[in-house]
Amino acid sequence: MTRAATAVPPEAPGTARTAAAALTTSGLTKRFRGGQLAVADLDLTVPMGSVFGFLGPNGSGKTTTIRMLLGLVVPTRGTWELLGVPMPAGGSRVLRRVGALIEGPAFHPYLSGRANLLRLDAADRLANPRTTRRRIDQALERVGLSAVAGKRYRNYSTGMRQRLGLAAALLQPRELLVLDEPTNGLDPQGTREVRALIRELAREGATVFVSSHLLAEVEQICSHAGIMSAGRMVAQTSLAELGARAEPRVRVETGDPELALRVLGELGCLGAERRGDAAEALLDGVAPERACAALVGAGVPVRGFTVQRPSLEETYVALTGEGFDVSQ
Amino acid sequence: MSASSTAVAGRPAQPAASDGSLARPTVGRLLRSELGLVFRRRRNLVLLAVLALVPVLIGSVIRLSSSPDAGEGPQFIDRVAGNGLFLSLTALVVVLPLFLPLAVAVVSGDAVAGEANLGTLRYLLVVPVRRGRALAVKYAAVLAFCLAAVLVVATAGALTGVALFPVSRVTLLSGGTVPLAEALLRTLLIALYVGVSMAGLAAVGLFVSTLTEVPVGAMAAILTLSITSQVLDSIPQVAAIHPWLFSHRWLAFGDLLRQPVPTRDLLLGGATQVAYAAVFLSLAWSHFASKDVSS
Repeated sequence: MTRAATAVPPEAPGTARTAAAALTTSGLTKRFRGGQLAVADLDLTVPMGSVFGFLGPNGSGKTTTIRMLLGLVVPTRGTWELLGVPMPAGGSRVLRRVGALIEGPAFHPYLSGRANLLRLDAADRLANPRTTRRRIDQALERVGLSAVAGKRYRNYSTGMRQRLGLAAALLQPRELLVLDEPTNGLDPQGTREVRALIRELAREGATVFVSSHLLAEVEQICSHAGIMSAGRMVAQTSLAELGARAEPRVRVETGDPELALRVLGELGCLGAERRGDAAEALLDGVAPERACAALVGAGVPVRGFTVQRPSLEETYVALTGEGFDVSQ
Repeated sequence: MSASSTAVAGRPAQPAASDGSLARPTVGRLLRSELGLVFRRRRNLVLLAVLALVPVLIGSVIRLSSSPDAGEGPQFIDRVAGNGLFLSLTALVVVLPLFLPLAVAVVSGDAVAGEANLGTLRYLLVVPVRRGRALAVKYAAVLAFCLAAVLVVATAGALTGVALFPVSRVTLLSGGTVPLAEALLRTLLIALYVGVSMAGLAAVGLFVSTLTEVPVGAMAAILTLSITSQVLDSIPQVAAIHPWLFSHRWLAFGDLLRQPVPTRDLLLGGATQVAYAAVFLSLAWSHFASKDVSS
């Protein structure tokens, strides 16, 4: 059981390069002209083949990070690599292996969905014009838009627009997908379809970097997660480890909570406090079975003994703060 | 990853080059797409239609009223009733101060700011399209629109002129007459000169367009610059800067109606446009290349 504080990344940034990483950043920093620090010293490592959930409250720097990764916003400091290629120098080579949905879809309103995809395909100098039609058809099919491909984008619903954005990201076989809130504006059915699509893409070998504030969604589809708060990465690891890393609490239901608190305190459990007819404390490395035996041995009348691990949501709130205010 | 059978030998295959990619880049697809965006957009077609209506309107007015005396009204207008071919020239003179710059301002101002406003700019750049290439394609499309605009005016003028007025050998400004075919050729050259005359304004417009995400703001600024240049050009007290204004030699095309053609002003006019284009495209590039695209 690790005693590491949650704020420490699992691996030092230097070691990341040896492992196959689809995306790495080192000290990535963006200070906007107004002086606002949007992203501070970001060390991010997204393992190849992972589905990486990029979490954080609104205004925590997720979108700025994504824009920097794709070369749209110039970082103030720091370096980054996409699929092992140093950016931004390698952008013209590597970006066509990266599909992206950035802060919602954006298309020409007076063109049809198909014409919009055609436009993006025409912009790709290495796209084969002979396969354009087939690739566009496949992309539209994959997101379920074939039936409305000829309709003007102007007349698309929010969900259809989001799907067209995903179709654009799938025009070429991609090794990395950067998806900023891909289920935004979708109905529950569409949300499920997009989740299935992400799983499918991951199964085909693509790395998916998905930003979201829907924690349940991240828990369902992601293998790894990173949590941003006020421009800094406050946790970054596999989802399993993130769960394990969260401090388990013990709750003892008993007729003598005071005695239980004393025993737990003597064992070294932290933050022991009484909650009605129960005593609660952070286990802090103490094996639950040892705590249970000690309680019984000390004569505590134990009626119930539970070890609780916080959900991702509780971990998230613990790391990013409870407040409703936008950071900074 | 199956290597494409058509991959050029000796060239490392692109990763994931199964079917979606070419070993050799395609040229001109983005430009064609850009031209499609410009020329299929309803607003731009309305602009062209308005330009085409100018000679029709002038021709109809002259046909329905008495011909103005020499020296009154826009250049060449007194000759239209005598020879319909002059309608093209009159129309070009009429659209030059405002209508044509307005059309150029709309299309060039929209070029980058319009896509930034829609958000399509970010998706275009991550395709990826290099920023310099994006600007070059945008500028080429704006130039194509300028050319289309002057050809529309000249053609509508010629057709209306032929329909409403007698057409004969053309008397040049320098005296002497030239046959119909040569007159048409000279009209075409004049239209091209007017088109080229917009190249500087188009480059200024593209630069302004990189500065904002509000296309209407860019359009207004470009039109203001065009009018300012013409106003300054009419104030004798600032004669020293006149040769440096992009609008200074816009009307030099009259020289193409002389025999022999005095080329000095025409060449200087062309050079002014090239210089403006070089300076403002460089400015546009230097600003756009390092700009944070946050729209």
